[in-house]
Amino acid sequence: MDALSSLLDGFATALTPVNLLWAVLGVLLGTAIGVLPGIGPAMAVALLLPVTYGLEPTGAFIMFAGIYYGAMFGGSTTSILLNTPGESAAVVAAMEGNPMAKAGRGAQALAAAAVGHFAGGMIGTILLVALAPAVADLAVDIGAPDYFAIMVLAFIAVTSVLGASRIRGLASLLIGLTLGLVGLDQMTGQQRLTFGSLQLADGVDVVIVAVGLFAIGEALWVAAHLRRTSGRPIPVGRPWLDRGDVRRTWKSWLRGPFIGFPFGAIPAGGAEIPTFLSYVTEKRLSKHKDEWGKGAIEGVAGPESAASASAAGTLVSMLTLGLPTTAVAAVMLAAFQQYGIQPGPLLFEREPDLVWGLIASLFVGMVLLLALNLPLAPLWAKLLRIPRPYLYAGILFFAAVGAYAVGGEVVDLVILLFIGLIGFGMRRYGLPVLPAVIGVILGPNAEQQLRRALQISDGSVTGLVDTPFSVTVYVVVLLILAWPLLKRFTGRGRAGRAGSGGVGGSGE
Amino acid sequence: MTNRPDAPSAETLAASPGGAPAGTPDGAAERRSWLRDHSELGVCVLLLALGVLVLTDVLTMDVDIAQRGPVGPRTVPLVVGAGLLAVAVLLAVDVLRGGRGEAESGEDVDLSEPADWRTVLLLAGVFLATAVLIEPLGFPVAGALLFWGAAFALGSRHHDRDPLIAAVLSFLTYAVFDKLLGVPLPGGPLMGVL
Repeated sequence: MDALSSLLDGFATALTPVNLLWAVLGVLLGTAIGVLPGIGPAMAVALLLPVTYGLEPTGAFIMFAGIYYGAMFGGSTTSILLNTPGESAAVVAAMEGNPMAKAGRGAQALAAAAVGHFAGGMIGTILLVALAPAVADLAVDIGAPDYFAIMVLAFIAVTSVLGASRIRGLASLLIGLTLGLVGLDQMTGQQRLTFGSLQLADGVDVVIVAVGLFAIGEALWVAAHLRRTSGRPIPVGRPWLDRGDVRRTWKSWLRGPFIGFPFGAIPAGGAEIPTFLSYVTEKRLSKHKDEWGKGAIEGVAGPESAASASAAGTLVSMLTLGLPTTAVAAVMLAAFQQYGIQPGPLLFEREPDLVWGLIASLFVGMVLLLALNLPLAPLWAKLLRIPRPYLYAGILFFAAVGAYAVGGEVVDLVILLFIGLIGFGMRRYGLPVLPAVIGVILGPNAEQQLRRALQISDGSVTGLVDTPFSVTVYVVVLLILAWPLLKRFTGRGRAGRAGSGGVGGSGE
Repeated sequence: MTNRPDAPSAETLAASPGGAPAGTPDGAAERRSWLRDHSELGVCVLLLALGVLVLTDVLTMDVDIAQRGPVGPRTVPLVVGAGLLAVAVLLAVDVLRGGRGEAESGEDVDLSEPADWRTVLLLAGVFLATAVLIEPLGFPVAGALLFWGAAFALGSRHHDRDPLIAAVLSFLTYAVFDKLLGVPLPGGPLMGVL
């Protein structure tokens, strides 16, 4: 088993004291961010992008992965105790978890969620270990046309699958692509959209765009509509489960990952759909149908397990193909670019220490998270009492630090505020933020691959579709584009996903 | 045939300002409420302007410098610019047909109240002030002012606690970034004294 020995090497990397420290820091930050309202894992990783200037990549990615998984754990705490899920992945947790908490079974709900995340994360990561090297092997000799096809898939998926309106998703994507055009053309050095400014010739840094759209835009948007009376979290004791609870939930924990993982790997909006599917599945299979809606523990256990497994699935696409399927993955991709590392099939060959260290750290992180969350949940819940002015002032503060750290330029702060105002306007008019971020991150890269592919084929457009891989990807793209038509024929409405218009704001 | 679909909307547009005599409170109020209902058209205007900007940039580009490959530096901006124009039109059609972008909700967001522009402007002002002050005053001081100012704008009125938290946060961040992570931030005169 090649993967197994690589994984063991990965553990050697992940368990060095320094990297263990980054893992602990990541899961602590992640849990806190998940619990805190108004701040999602994508914004958190975006705000932390500046550490990439001072930190070596392995440590940084171990921390980012800890934040991603940790935010999943923490997010369910908020849903269950406060019933105001901010992250789309945690919506389902509130449906059964909050009634449980109201009925005095909050401790059991928290425990079912925490163990569910642990099980989902573990099984998901095992699937990642089993599948990722195989996918990377399959894709190892893909060339420029294939990369371009993957990026087209990312663009189409992010505008069509997420959010309520395709046209608004497309508008957002084009805004992002435009921002990505600013600066010198990578192949000819031609100035584009710089208006003669030296500052703009370097382009707009991805960090500034991500921080501006995710952090400043969100903080300003919340500031304009700040809820003056925030809900009171339901007080809760230390999470525990009795034998009857475990007997009811263990199957749900094990089923969740097999729904969550595949949905994480494809560009279908991260954890939102699989958590809902898992909820429906558990409801159908449950022997206690009368309890649903009033606090059925399976309705917490299954979806939470699916949510964490979908995070592992997301990492498969991101690491092996460089295809970001969620906002967090998009920002992590930006971090890879900061280091000059190109995620893709070659990543496993070129950076084995980084990849396997990162994967091993996921297992370490899951154990840490379970240990942190089971006994300390009541303590984490106290974070919900943070005064909102401090929370959002803090977000603005760290956004300023991040943007300034990029190059020590005052003008970057002004650009940051400008992009933040764009983000504000996008939230006001229901333009999803994620397509813009994907556009900025992948746009320049996609242009380069396109031009390279056409250079090889000497300008002939057939050069874009001359490999089986690219043809397959374009078929998938066409299927996504035709999906609304197909759905009309099958007569299934989008009622189940109503109210999901603003996904991609603070991330999933 | 071509002007048929958008004829009613063009009429509405022209009728509200022109049809009702200027100064009639009814006509003005009606127009204002129509504009408020259709404020999303502003997004279309901005997209249109952005598209024109991108296309102008493409057309004024000097591309006699060595072009490598069949696709030059103009192709992609051309596609993006044209896309922006198309999306602006399609979005306008959607809005005039009654489509509305859903404002984003969140844990701390209360959409039942009208937007609080004062807070947003104050925050933007505080942020710009920080940008101006960061070099003369240094990061620890400017950062503390940013946090305090933002907290104040958001409604925090603890005049003892707020500045203290701001100062501690700003100083700690400076120390972590400048000394631990090796990301330089300007210390300013205060760090010179300490």
